[in-house]
Amino acid sequence: MSAFKSSRRHFLKKTVLAVSTVMAFSSGAYVSSAYALGAPEKEELKFGFIKLTDMAPLAIAAENGYFEDEGLYVQLEAQANWKVLLDRVIDGQLDGAHMLAGQPIAATMGYGTKANIITPISMDLNGNAITVSNKTWAAMKPYVKMDGDKPVHPISASALKPVVQSYKDAGKSFKMGMVFPVSTHNYELRYWLAAGGLNPGFYAPDKGNTAGTLEADVLLSVTPPPQMPATMEAGTIEGYCVGEPWNQQAVFKGIGVPVISDNSIQKNNPEKVFGLREDFYEKYPNTTIRVVKAMIRAAYWLDAENNKNRPAAVKILSKSNYVGADYKVIANSMTGTFEYEKGDQRSEPDFNVFFRYNATYPYYSDAIWYMTQMRRWGQISEQKTDSWYKDMAKKVYRPDIYKQAVNELIADGKFKETDFPGVSESDGFRGVQNDFMDGVPYDGTKPNAYIDSMTIGLKGSTKL
Amino acid sequence: MNPLKWPTIEPFYKLVIGENRKGQLNAIVKMVGLPLTGIFVFLLIWQGAASHIHTSLGQFPGPQQTYEQFVSLVDEAKASSLKEQAFYERQYVRNEKKLAANSEAEVKVRDYTGPPTFFDQIGRSLVTVISGFLLASLIAVPIGIVIGLSSNAYAAFNPIIQIFKPVSPLAWLPLVTMVVSAVYVTDDPMFDKAFLNSMFTVLLCCLWPTIINTAAGVATVTQDLKNVSQVLSLNWWTHVRKIVLPCSIPMMFTGLRISFGIAWMVLIAAEMLAQNPGLGKFVWDEFQNGSSDSLGRIMVAVVVIGIVGFILDRGMLMIQQAVSWDKSATLR
Repeated sequence: MSAFKSSRRHFLKKTVLAVSTVMAFSSGAYVSSAYALGAPEKEELKFGFIKLTDMAPLAIAAENGYFEDEGLYVQLEAQANWKVLLDRVIDGQLDGAHMLAGQPIAATMGYGTKANIITPISMDLNGNAITVSNKTWAAMKPYVKMDGDKPVHPISASALKPVVQSYKDAGKSFKMGMVFPVSTHNYELRYWLAAGGLNPGFYAPDKGNTAGTLEADVLLSVTPPPQMPATMEAGTIEGYCVGEPWNQQAVFKGIGVPVISDNSIQKNNPEKVFGLREDFYEKYPNTTIRVVKAMIRAAYWLDAENNKNRPAAVKILSKSNYVGADYKVIANSMTGTFEYEKGDQRSEPDFNVFFRYNATYPYYSDAIWYMTQMRRWGQISEQKTDSWYKDMAKKVYRPDIYKQAVNELIADGKFKETDFPGVSESDGFRGVQNDFMDGVPYDGTKPNAYIDSMTIGLKGSTKL
Repeated sequence: MNPLKWPTIEPFYKLVIGENRKGQLNAIVKMVGLPLTGIFVFLLIWQGAASHIHTSLGQFPGPQQTYEQFVSLVDEAKASSLKEQAFYERQYVRNEKKLAANSEAEVKVRDYTGPPTFFDQIGRSLVTVISGFLLASLIAVPIGIVIGLSSNAYAAFNPIIQIFKPVSPLAWLPLVTMVVSAVYVTDDPMFDKAFLNSMFTVLLCCLWPTIINTAAGVATVTQDLKNVSQVLSLNWWTHVRKIVLPCSIPMMFTGLRISFGIAWMVLIAAEMLAQNPGLGKFVWDEFQNGSSDSLGRIMVAVVVIGIVGFILDRGMLMIQQAVSWDKSATLR
């Protein structure tokens, strides 16, 4: 019964020498690393997650025994929503959690609850989609370019524009759901809408407007991921942007149609990260590095040999204590296909990426991209210098920890240097990226220039 | 042991020894047959209604599906206990290795890290609700006595009690959460914060009926008894112990039973929001899962919550009967 945590932990003393000697004897693989990386300072850990398929690295690290290999005893616990999850990490009820990429950044910046949260590893790329209700799909379909009887992808939000206009003409507002104000989904949905000429609305925190609906064509509101399908079914929202399995769930239940995957909005966009308090890392550095090691192994397993292990992973995820949705619903996206309109099954091998393309590396440029979007929509209410963006990214994203874990894994003999192409010499910036649906190039070293290159959004020194 | 003292056994016993056979049969039908008929009719209605409700997660679970999900929860609990065993065995081997290499190495046995089973969650809920309730009673009974003894104190505190009484647990919870995280700061907490949050929420909601009923019970002490106390010139403490408490026990227990009932209801809501592992969290997690089994599992939880609540109430009733001085009073 964990309410009454055993006090055994009290007796934990530093037994670095003893443990490393044991490890040297017990397993040849440990020999080289045992002296480099000490025993974990804290062995019993509790991590939180939200019921989404991209929590997979945590579930796999636990189920495949990777945490135990590192001497860690990890309990995983589903959380009600992103706010609860973040608050519980901040006040220490959780040692770390599966987080939205924007959460550690916003927390460190002080947008919402202020706390120094760091990200030593990115958990996955892609994995989201935008789904609209059947009614909305029927209304926008005439404006979608068709190839035979199938729509041409990617579908632009310009097809949604006339539908939104008809709502406006009828004096109604068009509402969509996303999962959190600083979530990837919010920025992706906004990117998609804006790329199609629809204004998703601005935030003005200085004036107390944190709803993000100033000047909005489409009103966005927050709904926890697992409740998205039910909320859309109830008619509260007309569509949403969310991670899996909640888009496939809509198809499966016959209540909505996914229109675009986030991989088509921005190719290989960073999605979830693992977040923990900075002081946790300072207090327990070995534990943190070992957690990252276990998660890298899990991510590798998930992507190994062209997603060979995905069916096994789906089986684990469908257990009720992890994601808990039906096997076939989760399998749809995790095993390389994605069903759009019912029957329109398309191959999406990169719908969820856990390891390929250096998916686990916490790039500064990814953090900065999120901050440019926070500025674009007013969550960062005033102009900041390029160096401010860079400093903030360095405070939150910690490739230094990641690289230590990688080096340990290589020293353990579990990985080769070639498994992490370009990681050791990377300066943390991906270089100029040209993979957005509207063709606007992004250079992480010049955030202000990028912000100014957007058509819809706050620019320069504009203040609401 | 005299079987005639046990009302549930009495008719069977009399039937066997042949005393007024017809009357005994009637009594048995009333005691066993009618409740069974009621349950049977309910199951039929449930089955009939369920087959007509189609949700996006499939058909609403009837008794059959609910039972199947119960069985699958039992199987899961069994599988989990095997996993738990394996977990401890792995630890044992690891520890042995440690000791073999260095006899002075420190070895510990850590608690199983797997997810709590459905039955663990029932246990957790019981621990939480009972701690909250006991704590609330420890606070509420003395306050109730003090208020009941003095009509001035009653007049002073009654409005406050009446205002707080109807407040929903969901309104208290955010406040409790913030206060607990601000006040309860330790490096090695003995209690989970989630546990404290739900426990204090339960506590806040089940203080009031106990206070009110205890006060009312204390106020019913008759003038005769008060006079006796005065004639014997009992001191305040003896007066409370010998006169006031025995007199007010029936009312006090009415309050305690209402409180316990409220506590159990509040707990489920509090667990949903505070993320305290327990039946409430189980229901919420299953709702979030949205799998084809989810509704059936929630239904299992609903039935279990009801049965546990019923058993708790019966337990309170038995305590009440045991401590009440007036054994002839019917309590239901």
